[in-house]
Amino acid sequence: MADDLILECKNITKYFGGVCANDGVNLSLKRGEILSVLGENGSGKTTLMNILSGIYFPDEGEVLIKGKPVTIRSPQDAFALGIGMVHQHFKLIKIMTAAENIILGMEGEARLHMAKVEEDVRRVVSEYGFDLDPKAKIYNMSVSQKQTVEIVKVLYRGAEILILDEPTAVLTPQETEKLFDVMRNMKAAGKSVIIITHKLNEVLEISDRVAVLRKGRYIGTVETKDATVESLTEMMVGEKVDLDFGRKEPVSPAARIACKDLTVLSPDGRNALSDISFTANGGEILGIAGISGNGQKELLEAMAGLQPSEHGTVVYYPPEGGEEVLTGKDVNEIRRLGVILSFVPEDRLGMGLVGAMGISDNIALRTYRSGKSFFTNRKIPQQLAGSIVERLEVVTPGLGTPVRRLSGGNVQKVLVGREIMAQPTVLMVAYPVRGLDINSSYTIYHLLNEQKANGAAVICVGEDLDVLIGLCDRILVLAGGRVSGIVDARKVTKEEIGLLMTGVTGTPETPAEEPA
Amino acid sequence: MTAIIAFLNAAIGQAIVILFGATGEILTEKSGNLNLGIPGIMYMGGISGLMGAFFYENASDSPNGVIGMLVSLLCALVVSALGGLLYCFLTVTLRANQNVVGLALTTFGVGFGNFFGGSISKLAGGVGQISVRTTAEVYRAPVPGLSGIPVIGEVLFSHGFMTYLGLLIAVIVTYVIKHTRKGLHLIAVGEDPSTADTAGISVTRYKYVATVTGATIAGLGGLYFVMEYLNGTWTNGSFGDRGWLAIAVVILALWKPTNAIWGSLLFGGLFVLDIYLPGLTRATKELVRVFPYIVTILVLIITSKRNKPENQPPESLGRAFFREER
Amino acid sequence: MTGGFHLTKRDGISRGKAVLIRLVAVLLSLIVCGLVIMAITGDNPVEVYAALIDGAVGSKNRLWNTIRSMMLLLIVAVGLTPAFKMRFWNIGAEGQILVGGIAAAGLMIYGGGSLPGAVLIPLILIVSTVSGLLWGLIPAFFKAYFNTNETLFTLMLNYVAIQLTNFAIILWESPKGSNSVGVINQASKAGWFPKLFGANDTMIVLLVLLVTVLMAVYLRYSKQGYEIAVVGESRDTARYAGINVKKVILRTMMISGGICGLAGAIIVCGASHTISTGITGGRGFTAIIVAWMSHFNALAMALVSAFLGFMQQGAIQIATQFGLNENASEIITGIILFFLIGSEFFINYRIGRKGGGKG
Repeated sequence: MADDLILECKNITKYFGGVCANDGVNLSLKRGEILSVLGENGSGKTTLMNILSGIYFPDEGEVLIKGKPVTIRSPQDAFALGIGMVHQHFKLIKIMTAAENIILGMEGEARLHMAKVEEDVRRVVSEYGFDLDPKAKIYNMSVSQKQTVEIVKVLYRGAEILILDEPTAVLTPQETEKLFDVMRNMKAAGKSVIIITHKLNEVLEISDRVAVLRKGRYIGTVETKDATVESLTEMMVGEKVDLDFGRKEPVSPAARIACKDLTVLSPDGRNALSDISFTANGGEILGIAGISGNGQKELLEAMAGLQPSEHGTVVYYPPEGGEEVLTGKDVNEIRRLGVILSFVPEDRLGMGLVGAMGISDNIALRTYRSGKSFFTNRKIPQQLAGSIVERLEVVTPGLGTPVRRLSGGNVQKVLVGREIMAQPTVLMVAYPVRGLDINSSYTIYHLLNEQKANGAAVICVGEDLDVLIGLCDRILVLAGGRVSGIVDARKVTKEEIGLLMTGVTGTPETPAEEPA
Repeated sequence: MTAIIAFLNAAIGQAIVILFGATGEILTEKSGNLNLGIPGIMYMGGISGLMGAFFYENASDSPNGVIGMLVSLLCALVVSALGGLLYCFLTVTLRANQNVVGLALTTFGVGFGNFFGGSISKLAGGVGQISVRTTAEVYRAPVPGLSGIPVIGEVLFSHGFMTYLGLLIAVIVTYVIKHTRKGLHLIAVGEDPSTADTAGISVTRYKYVATVTGATIAGLGGLYFVMEYLNGTWTNGSFGDRGWLAIAVVILALWKPTNAIWGSLLFGGLFVLDIYLPGLTRATKELVRVFPYIVTILVLIITSKRNKPENQPPESLGRAFFREER
Repeated sequence: MTGGFHLTKRDGISRGKAVLIRLVAVLLSLIVCGLVIMAITGDNPVEVYAALIDGAVGSKNRLWNTIRSMMLLLIVAVGLTPAFKMRFWNIGAEGQILVGGIAAAGLMIYGGGSLPGAVLIPLILIVSTVSGLLWGLIPAFFKAYFNTNETLFTLMLNYVAIQLTNFAIILWESPKGSNSVGVINQASKAGWFPKLFGANDTMIVLLVLLVTVLMAVYLRYSKQGYEIAVVGESRDTARYAGINVKKVILRTMMISGGICGLAGAIIVCGASHTISTGITGGRGFTAIIVAWMSHFNALAMALVSAFLGFMQQGAIQIATQFGLNENASEIITGIILFFLIGSEFFINYRIGRKGGGKG
């Protein structure tokens, strides 16, 4: 059997700073098979694939191609070995045609014969059953067409091994089916395909074998025909970990903010959110679960007044009674009502904080308008900064040190601490513990519980289901921009949420009752 | 008729200076470098070519025009290439801000031109107004035979060889950008250096080669100006703002050198229009000279509002590329 | 790409180290300038430097010239600062100065006979500021609403302003046909900055220092100054914080253009007493470099302006003394700027041997 193996990874280990992204990972790929690499966010899938495609170089371990050890130091090395990777973020020149992008960087005759290149591209396109016009410009293409260009680019250069990183994350179900047909054609043509994913139904549909990673470790590889959703989930998430989040029963919950049929468009005109309806209560934590990019960001931004909604309304019920329609109001008006968005984006510093400024100056983003004076009061943010640093034990050389020089956990504390200072009635946080160690994470959980005890409606977008189940009172699950379920966090299991996340519809077993 | 021929010839004379500058700047900007030092580099190219020819003619008892031409050409090429190299070293290798470096280079280049132009006669021992007529005659020689054709010959073939060289270079640069592999890679570098880098293209090398070559082409515009337009002499300040007009033509031409030919002719025409338009006072003539800039601004606004992405400036224009260590 | 070295962006650098790097750059630039002058003139470098110092501060008159030169550069740099802090490439200061200058010259000519100085001068300052402000507003509008490239836009507007100046010169030329306005109100001195405390340039110094201090306070302590900093650092963060980015762009460019327009009035009323396309002396461009290199710090801008003013006035002396022309000062300015620009690299990046840092 061993002579069948086109690619092997042995004991691959990769550290980033002090964080271990891959810890002794083994992997094998046979000629003419489709292998799924499955794992939760942060399990090290993408790191491993970036090592194979020459983006990163492993600290330990070796890669074998057809049984021979190889060194892959650049994407060019990987290409030379027949490995081609299609990244989640496409690397294409917008103003060029598909064919031009496909040959970009390749050596060859000085003069370009585009007609011939286009002919060759068409051959590859028809051979595998793609749908692509080589003369089309990238800027006119849909996401799925751009992905096709990336895949054709890899095939055109004669790759034997194709790595697709979360290829279906950006596709509609129909486009996904088309992609799977193409993948089956590639397999039939003797190519080997690795698909990185965390969608279990897709794994079961397309792959021959499944390799599972968890928290940077290699768990094992199984034949797909022997696997079930349940068995794969168990491998992927591991034993249930009991964590004490100090969750208390909500005290007299009352509706505080509600979305009614909220629909939001993404910049390319598709529905980022479709008909979202839910109510969040004061005195409880509402978790939002979902695979990243399924509308979480748009939902929070629309509620905070940062994105216009196509239709539907957001309604706020102040503690003192009455109701206010938030739709159509701008960010500042909404904030003044006490609806605070503390969004922690993927690059933490991009939106919530100004990296080049110190803690005080970042606190000032929320306070600088206070007072009628032309001048901004610099003492207020300074005092607040001091108290945040003290209360949350932020480690910093000084209040003026640019926040981009602080560690992730400290940046997060500044960000969340700043929003809590405003004594919000609605607090929205996204990925509040992303990249934090256990202790810092618990500081943040504690802060959220405190807000809940104060009667705020806390809405928390999270990645780790264990945390959401342990911390929240109810969990809303988003899939493809729709609410696929709202469940009682005290009764639900991780598997049930997982099914809702993958868009497997059906009535959840433990529906949470909607308070009036 | 005579007036029209005179106008066309004057327009062409202006246009060629601008065309060299614009072609050089287009090649440069295609690599993502906004070289605002081009006006300075054109000064440097002009004065160094003149000085080369001057020192040669002064040193030789019976100067040969062709040798003078070669000497001046070489001097102009070398000095303007050095200008481009300095710009690249600061912006690409040392990652300094492109606008700041470009403007400093223009300050320096204009000073360089006017300083040497103004003091060259003194440096040479006080020979009065400098002039390199022998060399300039070679530059100004019309196309033999063809220039004798009435009207057509007068308009199209009565110019020196650099006029045709300028057109040729514009066509060649267009060809290289549109139809060669190197051109494709250059566009990729200017649009998205990190994608180009991933594709295995050396961003640094492309930026250097394009910028230095572009500077050299622009320097030829300065040389053309002193040799053909000024007939081998120098007057401080006479070059004026032609370098900035060249940068304006780049926008007008939507970053395509063949368009720059028409753009340069248009600007050349507008530049001398006030002389040939009847009924203008001295004051309104100055206002007529605003047209090239107004046209450029309008093009800039229209293209930024809604247009094909191909007509936009190269996406990475003005930004330094820094590949983080990985 | 970087041979045997690798580069990392510095997180920060101690003040002392940054100052030291810049001092080394200045020193190197002085050495190179000296060598260049020596190569051209063949004179003893010590003599050249002596002439330089003599030219800049050798007499009361020359010292005032140097101070004036410094002040005029400083106010333009101060004017550009808010725009640059917002990362708006206003390279249109030349044009903004000129429209301010045209307004000043026009008022001097038309109002010189009728208005008393106490009315005329404040009126000039206000009208010139408004002219520059409107001139700066044009590219800002198109940037805010159409995202039009402001670098190229402001650059082109410079030449529109130059032609307007040429137009105005012919309108006002004296004597007719000279293509020059000549000294305006030479006899009456109407609209000229008055002598204060026994010196001609006192008012320039006071005005420029006042604007500089106000700007430093505005940027550091006002709500608007804070918004400028946030928009400049990250438009996304500004959006999240509910800052109206379009409004900030328009307002900031009005301030920037306004101060440059005021600078035009200061030049015309306080120094040139005439209008020509040469009154800017390239300050609109040089000031860009001054502001950028000083990281918008008012004191640093004053120091860099003083240094450049010193070198320029010194170069003029060298030129006369050794029979060179006055453009020598531009070459010297250029060389100094190249060194200062280059030195920024060593402040922003740390160079290490390959394999030194963490992988």
